[in-house]
Amino acid sequence: MPYRFLEDIATADVAFEATAESRTGLFAESAAALLGTMVADQSTVVRKRELAVELEENAFDLLLFAFLQELVFLKDARRLLLHADEVQIVETDGVFRLRATVRGEEIDRERHPLLVDVKAVTLHRFRAGCEGDTWRAVVVLDV
Amino acid sequence: MSVPAQLRRISPTIWELPVSYRKGMLVPARIVATEELVARMDQGVFEQVANVACLPGIVKYAYCMPDGHWGYGFPIGGVAAMDPATGVISPGGIGFDINCGMRLVLTNLTEEEVRPQLHHLVDRLFARIPTGVGCTGFVRCSRDEFREVLEKGSRWCLEHGYAWPEDLELTEEGGCYGGANAEQCSEKAIERGFDQIGTLGSGNHYCEIQVARKEHIYDEETARAFGIAIPNQVVIMFHCGSRGFGHQVATDYLQTFLRAMTTKYNITVNDRELACAPFRSPEGQAYFSAMKCAVNMGFANRQVILHRLREVFSHQFNRSPEDLGMRMVYDVAHNTAKLETHLVDGKRRELLVHRKGSTRAFGPGMAGIPGCYRETGQPVIIGGSMETGSYLLAGEASAASTFFSTAHGSGRTMSRHQAKKMVRGQKLLQEMEHRGIYVRTASYGGVAEEAGFAYKDIDAVSAATEDAGLSRRVVKLIPIGNIKG
Repeated sequence: MPYRFLEDIATADVAFEATAESRTGLFAESAAALLGTMVADQSTVVRKRELAVELEENAFDLLLFAFLQELVFLKDARRLLLHADEVQIVETDGVFRLRATVRGEEIDRERHPLLVDVKAVTLHRFRAGCEGDTWRAVVVLDV
Repeated sequence: MSVPAQLRRISPTIWELPVSYRKGMLVPARIVATEELVARMDQGVFEQVANVACLPGIVKYAYCMPDGHWGYGFPIGGVAAMDPATGVISPGGIGFDINCGMRLVLTNLTEEEVRPQLHHLVDRLFARIPTGVGCTGFVRCSRDEFREVLEKGSRWCLEHGYAWPEDLELTEEGGCYGGANAEQCSEKAIERGFDQIGTLGSGNHYCEIQVARKEHIYDEETARAFGIAIPNQVVIMFHCGSRGFGHQVATDYLQTFLRAMTTKYNITVNDRELACAPFRSPEGQAYFSAMKCAVNMGFANRQVILHRLREVFSHQFNRSPEDLGMRMVYDVAHNTAKLETHLVDGKRRELLVHRKGSTRAFGPGMAGIPGCYRETGQPVIIGGSMETGSYLLAGEASAASTFFSTAHGSGRTMSRHQAKKMVRGQKLLQEMEHRGIYVRTASYGGVAEEAGFAYKDIDAVSAATEDAGLSRRVVKLIPIGNIKG
């Protein structure tokens, strides 16, 4: 399973573990877990709008933190639910740069089976990196 | 659940982890709870309250209240007072939902009068108060006007016809936390929140119609002083915060502090969520000012919701809100940091008190509470689950040891996913309606997560705060109608 919700961390909030074969895949799966926290059926979120997201951080895990946080921001500021379709990450001299194409649509209460609003991505037990052959992230979301 | 072997019982309601529990602890950590509540606390509470005890400048003890549970950074229910001169300020000690809080509103209606109208009332509240993921409010204001809201809080609402003058007196800090400077808030924060005034949000946020039954009144005299004086009186309680604006302020400064903490101030923490900066540093002061903006947004948000509530009741009963006696009891925050003066070892000291999921509970005669509550102590509102009820309590002089702080809710005991596995939202709502509680929700999945069994026993939590001398029970309030995000 590319992501699963963790029962035993942060009782009041939502924790998930995402895994992937590549670091860009890890970003896409983590974005799917974020979307899956807010919408019960992600297939209801139609790719009507497209946005480019560009970010840079000096640590790989903080780049994932910033990316998820950007998706949370777009949920409130543009009312958009988004899939992370294409992700590129380039590392130069210890600086990680992300270019992603995210697609989705405005929140529609009639069509989207909404669950719970995500307020923020927390850094509690936050980790993202390569463990053996697998890229893995653990994220606690404040809901 | 496993309690750490080093946890010592100091009194029937005080439990202590000594500084030897974890390297770096500057003060002991204290958990205020009964033996039964402590035994059921998750391991995360002990780890997190010990981490808080390591923060620079912490005074006396790191505290966790009886409703404590595993959060991020601080436990939910965490209290820490810092020396402003030597200590830090930490967004993780306040929470992302800055000024998440409770407001309680009276009516002069009885349950018998409201029951026949209950479905209409709840349906109309649900239609008029935006709830759920990404909801926006009816107040149209520009980004510049929103900056005014951030600096004025409820005063802005009064100027724009959304408040009665007395509402401000009955709100903590008069509904406006002085020293808020919108220039310390990012454009992103403004962009995220400027159209969310008057919205409930989701998760455990709610607006609930409740009844004060005679058999649930613990302190009749104080209940009367708080405005609860007729049999089966109907009141309205709601719980929400500063919405996306506050969440973004906390996120922005978490990132700022993370960078400055190690490179500039040489501070290390056990959990990055406890990222902090010296309170007197430029970063610390900038966050404090931005946090005050979020506090003011929280007050304004709840004030506009109250305006809508009054409209809905007035429409339903064809009487004015004044005629319906829709006065506020109080509005109190449970996610803030405030500069307060407390007695420490016999000396008066100014302290920066972080409360994350903890209610300020000033006792009788203390400065900072409305004159009408000078003799009773400040009203304290502890929200329970939508099935089991909530409590109105009063601040006590004996709460000095916790810097006049008490619990804020019943506290979760089960994860959201576990709760959802145990009950389906629609079935839960049908069962609740059979029991006389009518609920409207923006999310059946979300409402299942809020089932009563996912929370601690609110009676036990409230009783524990009374046993520990933090707050005394005045009345338990029973839900009959509820809207949830």
